[in-house]
Amino acid sequence: MIAAVASLTPLWVVCGYLMVLVLFGLFANRLLKLSSSDYFVASRSIGPFLLLMSIFGTTMTAFALVGSTGKAFDKGVGVYGLMASTSGIVHSAVFFLIGIRLWAIGKRHNYVTQIQFFRARFESNALGYLLFPALVGLVIPYLLIGIVGAGAVIRGVTVNMFPNAFAGAMNPVTHKMMFVGAVPPWLTGLVICGVVLLYIFRGGVRAAAWANACQTIIFMTVGVFAFFLIANKLGGLSEATKKVLENPATRDLAARGRIGHLQFLSYAFVPLSVGMFPHLFQHWLTARSAKTFRTTVVAHPLFIMIVWVPCVLIGIWAAGIDIKAPGGNSNAVLAKMVGTQLRDPFVSGVLTAGILAAIMSSLDSQFVCLGTIFTHDIVIHIAGKHRFTDRQGVTLGRAFIVCIVIVTYVLSLFPPPNIFDLAVWCFSGFASLFPLVFAAVYWRRVTRAGAIASVLVAAASWLVLFYEGLIKPTMAGHHSREDYLVFDMMPVAVMFAASALALVVVSLVTQPPRKEVVDRFFVRKGE
Amino acid sequence: MLNAETKRKLVWGIVLVLAIVHYDFWYWNDTSLVFGFMPVGLFFQALISIAAGLTWALVTRFAWPTWIEEWAAQTDDDDPQQEVGERGDE
Repeated sequence: MIAAVASLTPLWVVCGYLMVLVLFGLFANRLLKLSSSDYFVASRSIGPFLLLMSIFGTTMTAFALVGSTGKAFDKGVGVYGLMASTSGIVHSAVFFLIGIRLWAIGKRHNYVTQIQFFRARFESNALGYLLFPALVGLVIPYLLIGIVGAGAVIRGVTVNMFPNAFAGAMNPVTHKMMFVGAVPPWLTGLVICGVVLLYIFRGGVRAAAWANACQTIIFMTVGVFAFFLIANKLGGLSEATKKVLENPATRDLAARGRIGHLQFLSYAFVPLSVGMFPHLFQHWLTARSAKTFRTTVVAHPLFIMIVWVPCVLIGIWAAGIDIKAPGGNSNAVLAKMVGTQLRDPFVSGVLTAGILAAIMSSLDSQFVCLGTIFTHDIVIHIAGKHRFTDRQGVTLGRAFIVCIVIVTYVLSLFPPPNIFDLAVWCFSGFASLFPLVFAAVYWRRVTRAGAIASVLVAAASWLVLFYEGLIKPTMAGHHSREDYLVFDMMPVAVMFAASALALVVVSLVTQPPRKEVVDRFFVRKGE
Repeated sequence: MLNAETKRKLVWGIVLVLAIVHYDFWYWNDTSLVFGFMPVGLFFQALISIAAGLTWALVTRFAWPTWIEEWAAQTDDDDPQQEVGERGDE
């Protein structure tokens, strides 16, 4: 039987939204009156509301919407406790304890990037050259999450739109064609990357902050809207959850039976990653004053709740009504719920645009940040400040961004089965570098050798565990929906402990840093 | 009347308590519903998020580093590209 051609309305709505972003990009310079300082740190003039929205929009990516729904579909409501409520405590703690201090140090010493700070704090060029590939290498899977998430969502809602153009893909389980006539992920990836590149190339970090703020409002509104529409379609909130409890195969999704105790506890290390996200560091530096952080610290846990509770419930509801994850790929669950439960093509388009907003609000900051660290930490650092004009520096940064986007785009053609798990691996890598930033602002005795040892141990342990936990089973054709655990804990606990131990032990056995250098980085009362 | 230092310790104590009760093992296998639709484990964790927002409001009120703005304003006019001195990576 040949399915009827689906309405193109959802795609038109999405295209309309992307066009608005393109126009914003084209006129960003004029609208925002940009200078070169605006391009990198928005002249350190971002106020409380814009800082909150841009930091939240940057932190919430496909992981928060597509990933959390898929993970709740597999593991149940415990996913909220694993990441969302933990992040409400840990993220705000990091913003308060680390972010404000880094903002102050960055303002006082005129830093633009994380690596500039670490180089100066530890008087080490080598540390900068070590951190550069480590940070870029970890940002790539983060970008990948966004591009793969966007592809999965658009493919899910455009099934049967173009049956003559796109044949779809073979379901590895049933060996039947799936996603027939849907826009393929490679095309979505190209368009999304193109749109984001356009507006950030034109407007830099200030344009990214404004685009993030608008997109954050859109995806939060749309998320809550989608939640109630889907619940309504399932017969109401109570009825939707009742279906989960009545189905013996999904009853335990309403509790935490599929998650281990040590696994739950060790997840708490994952949100520490925000302390080392290079794009977040750059956003912190945009703040007008330390007080600007207050709104972000307070509202962040509440915003996380507004986004995650609906997604987690939609995930378990999908399991309760026997939605099948195509090819065992739970990335498609959210799109499938939107596509199957919301028959109104316009509403479906608006919701899809909202999901893309969440994804693009992270991609933009990451793109800007990659260009910035390449320009400042590699090009200018090696060639000298006067070797290139501002314009040439920005052009080199853009060329680097394009190279990284190409690499990420090629990787996105071989998507991981689960966005949530890839995101957790990526965050785990950043979290294992957290001891470094914490020691840099709180421990006077930490040494250059200790810092380098910490980064090397973090990188080595991440590479070994990432290979064992994700690459090796994927290459062997195993697509497990279970987390890879070490002694029943998340690998991040091991990486974090190893990195912290290396930092402390090596620092204690090496010569202490010079007092005058350390004094420059220690924020003290009454100085 | 509590002094500023006691208030500061108290609000950080609340953060610690929040982090501990986040591990709500008592709801681990409980599938009962709150308001007829929300699994109790999810409801409790959502309450943790709300409590976190309120707690951070208290932290920013009573443990705020008021002196940090002044410290940051003392610009050293450093050139970040030249900051690693001749002793770097000796």
